[in-house]
Amino acid sequence: MSRIFPYPLLIVSLIGMWLLLTDFTPGQLILGIIVSLLAAQGLHSLQPSTPRLRRWDLIPKLIGLVLLDIIRSNIAVVRLILTEGHNKRNSGFVSIPLELKDPTALAILSVIVTSTPGTAWLDYSDSRGVLMIHVFDLVDEQDWIDLIKNQYEHLLMEIFE
Amino acid sequence: MTNSLENMPLWLAIIISAFILLGGFLTLVGMIGLVRLRSFYERIHAPTLGTSWGTGSIVVASMILFTWLESRPVFHEILIGVFVTITTPVTLMLLARAVLYRDWAEGDEKSPLLKSQQKPPKE
Repeated sequence: MSRIFPYPLLIVSLIGMWLLLTDFTPGQLILGIIVSLLAAQGLHSLQPSTPRLRRWDLIPKLIGLVLLDIIRSNIAVVRLILTEGHNKRNSGFVSIPLELKDPTALAILSVIVTSTPGTAWLDYSDSRGVLMIHVFDLVDEQDWIDLIKNQYEHLLMEIFE
Repeated sequence: MTNSLENMPLWLAIIISAFILLGGFLTLVGMIGLVRLRSFYERIHAPTLGTSWGTGSIVVASMILFTWLESRPVFHEILIGVFVTITTPVTLMLLARAVLYRDWAEGDEKSPLLKSQQKPPKE
C-alpha cells in the first residue's frame, strides 16, 4: 500500500490543485490522479523523511489559531508602522529552545512564524535545538518564548510526534 | 440572464471593494514600513503584511467577484495565497541568514551571534 501511495497527503493536495487549476470534470480527475501518482513516485525515489501525522483532528485547530494570530498581528504591526516615531518600540532577538525535532513540523512552524507579521524566523540550530527569531515589538522575551512553546510547539508535537 | 458587473447588487459590490481596499491598504503600509524602518531586521517585518492578509484579502475579493460573474464556485485563487505563504520563509531565511553571517563576520556588536556564540574570524 505504501509503495503505491507513498505520500497520501501530497497526492491528495496535488489532485486538489490539479482540479482547481483545470476543471471539476471526471476526465480531469483521472488525469490529476495519474499526474499526482507519478509525482509521488518521483518524490519517493528522492527518499525524503516521511512525515507521520498522528492527530488529524488537531489540524483545523492549528489553522484557526494561525489565522486568528495573523489577523491580530497584522493589526498590531500596521498600528506600529503608522505611529512610528510617536512611541518607543523595541525590537530584538529572542532565542527559544525547542523540543520539536520533526523536520516537517519545523518547516510548518517556520511558515507560521514567518507569515505572522511581527515575528521573523532567523536561524535554527539543529545540534543545539535552539531557534532564533526576531520580534518587531519586543516587550518581554519570556512572553514570546511562552507563546511559541505553549501555543504552537505543543500543538505541532501532538500532531507529529 | 448572465451576471455582469452592471447588475451586481450594491451589498456585494461593497463587500468586494472592502476586501480589495483592505488588501491594498495592508500592502501599502507594508511598503511604507519597508522604506521608513531603520535596520534590516526591522525591515523584514514590513512586507509580511503584504504576504499575509494583504494577499489573502485580495484573493478573497477575487474569489467572490468571479464566483458571482461566472455563476459557479471559483476557488483557484486560493492557490496564490497558499504558494505565497509557503514560499515566503525560503526567501526570508536566505536574506536573514546572509545578514546574520555578514554582521557576525564584520564583528558588528549588534549581531546576536556574537553574544551567544563564537568569535568572528581573525583578520
